[in-house]
Amino acid sequence: MTSSYAVLSEGLEKNFGSGDHRVEALRGLDLAVPEGTIRALLGPNGAGKTTALRILTTLSRPDAGTATVAGHDVIREPAAVRRAIGVTGQDAAVDHDLSGRENLSLFAKLHRLRGAAGRDRADELLDTFGLTDAADRPVRTYSGGMRRRLDLAAGLISRPRVLFLDEPTTGLDPASRNQIWAAVRDLAAEGTTVLLTTQYLEEADQLADDVVLIDHGVAAHTGTPAELKARLGAYAEVVVADESALSAAAVILGPLTGSEPVIDHEARTVGAATTKAELTLPAVVRELDAAGVPILDAGLRRPTLDEAFLSLTGNTTGSRTGSRTAQKEPAA
Amino acid sequence: MSSTSSTLAPDSLALLGRQLQRARRNPALLVMTQAMPVMLLLFFGYVFGNSVSLPGGADYRTYLVPGVFVITAAGGLVTGMLQAAGDTQRGVMDRLRTLPVSRAAAPLGQATADVLLFAIGMIPLVAVGYAVGWRIEGGFGPAAGAFGLLLLLRFVTAWIGILVGMKLGSEEAAGQLGSVTFILQLLCNAYVPTAGMPGWLQAVVEWNPLSSFVTACRDLFGNATAGAADAAWVIEHPVVASLGWSVLLLAIFVPLAVRRYARPAEG
Repeated sequence: MTSSYAVLSEGLEKNFGSGDHRVEALRGLDLAVPEGTIRALLGPNGAGKTTALRILTTLSRPDAGTATVAGHDVIREPAAVRRAIGVTGQDAAVDHDLSGRENLSLFAKLHRLRGAAGRDRADELLDTFGLTDAADRPVRTYSGGMRRRLDLAAGLISRPRVLFLDEPTTGLDPASRNQIWAAVRDLAAEGTTVLLTTQYLEEADQLADDVVLIDHGVAAHTGTPAELKARLGAYAEVVVADESALSAAAVILGPLTGSEPVIDHEARTVGAATTKAELTLPAVVRELDAAGVPILDAGLRRPTLDEAFLSLTGNTTGSRTGSRTAQKEPAA
Repeated sequence: MSSTSSTLAPDSLALLGRQLQRARRNPALLVMTQAMPVMLLLFFGYVFGNSVSLPGGADYRTYLVPGVFVITAAGGLVTGMLQAAGDTQRGVMDRLRTLPVSRAAAPLGQATADVLLFAIGMIPLVAVGYAVGWRIEGGFGPAAGAFGLLLLLRFVTAWIGILVGMKLGSEEAAGQLGSVTFILQLLCNAYVPTAGMPGWLQAVVEWNPLSSFVTACRDLFGNATAGAADAAWVIEHPVVASLGWSVLLLAIFVPLAVRRYARPAEG
């Protein structure tokens, strides 16, 4: 129990429902997030990310296990935890009838920042998040990106030591996403510890010092984004000229990559994951060309989150679309 | 825990301020809420009014106005429900829960704000009451007592609504249940006297807490008419019964609402 960890959890368990409907959301989650770092909990819908965040932010109590945030026990000292944290959820949890400024003033008052101190802090955050022009308009007139930025600003009112972000950019356009990312990086640079959940490998890669891969309520893998990517290897994919060449390409790719190729008849592609560091794109192209396979396009790229889960846990995530859809985990 | 209880007053005030700001930003909603009792008053007063004969030949609209006041006060059930359900649905409740705020502040701030907005909304309603011929006939003191009972009823029903709204967690469900509560208004003596009802129905209506409030307001405003000869104790002693109902309901619903807020249901 050293104080150099902003978030520390051991053996967190949480179940919902009972009997046939029993869902084991967390099955012994261990986390240790050093102060001043950004940690990403990466996983698909239903992996337990949101449940973990709800416990760490005092919204939910674990069935078993312990957790401390900023040195305070989340079960025994929830009030002390609440004074140390900022939370931004999947929903923009702000009052849509109030203006942006009124929302921030309200949260400032509830954080004991009264009078001029609260007003100054609200103005500062409105400025930081590019909301000064819209500050006095009701939030219902804001775009999705503006609401999310206001929500993040509300979470920062008290200059929290630990900031929790639940899927901060799900459903956002790239410009808004980049603004959120930049703000999170600035906060971490000032010493705030950030724990975020995400479904996007790219987001974890861009922001986090360390990534925890969550699968069925346990930490399946923890490491830096570079380690994670090295461990995940690469994904080779070729596009062939006609359908009859698909199986010939699969026969070549299998031994080259050391994994079972996946054929997509509609897109006329063959793909296979590989952890062979020595495999290069010219080698793939040479082999296919030598066998007379008519290839139109070829690539060796990092896997998507879906592919990463398949290779690291043997489970599919269930959503193989790869698109940035605004899905939510079931309400906990 | 002492550090959190000492913040109850400022936290509640901040959250009360939020509700008043909302009302100022959305005045159409306030006008709509106030239009409803005025419609009820005019509809029952002039469409049904001429076919209802009261014991002793009393004026129906004078009889009706205190009833509509009580029905309007009981509307705290619906406003409390909608507000709490909306906040739960949109994650505002969860955000408040993660703040270092006293656990009773959110429901207390909301219920108090609702009472204030109701008090403001009563002004035009009293004016319409005067316009249709209703008068305060029992003096200033008792009338002030009647208005006090109305504010108390609003406070009580707002707490019940807040609990139900948090449990429902969806504005749509709250809206649907809200329309069902119309039955509560019909099952009380706000619109018609109980004298003509079958015995079992009369008992149900008399033991509806709203009936005690309606009877108490009629008494205190000096609009009382001869009641049913064999009325229940809660109708014979309406002021005491109204206070008793309030204490009982607050004793049940305030702890339940605060507990529900402090520890939301899971799964």
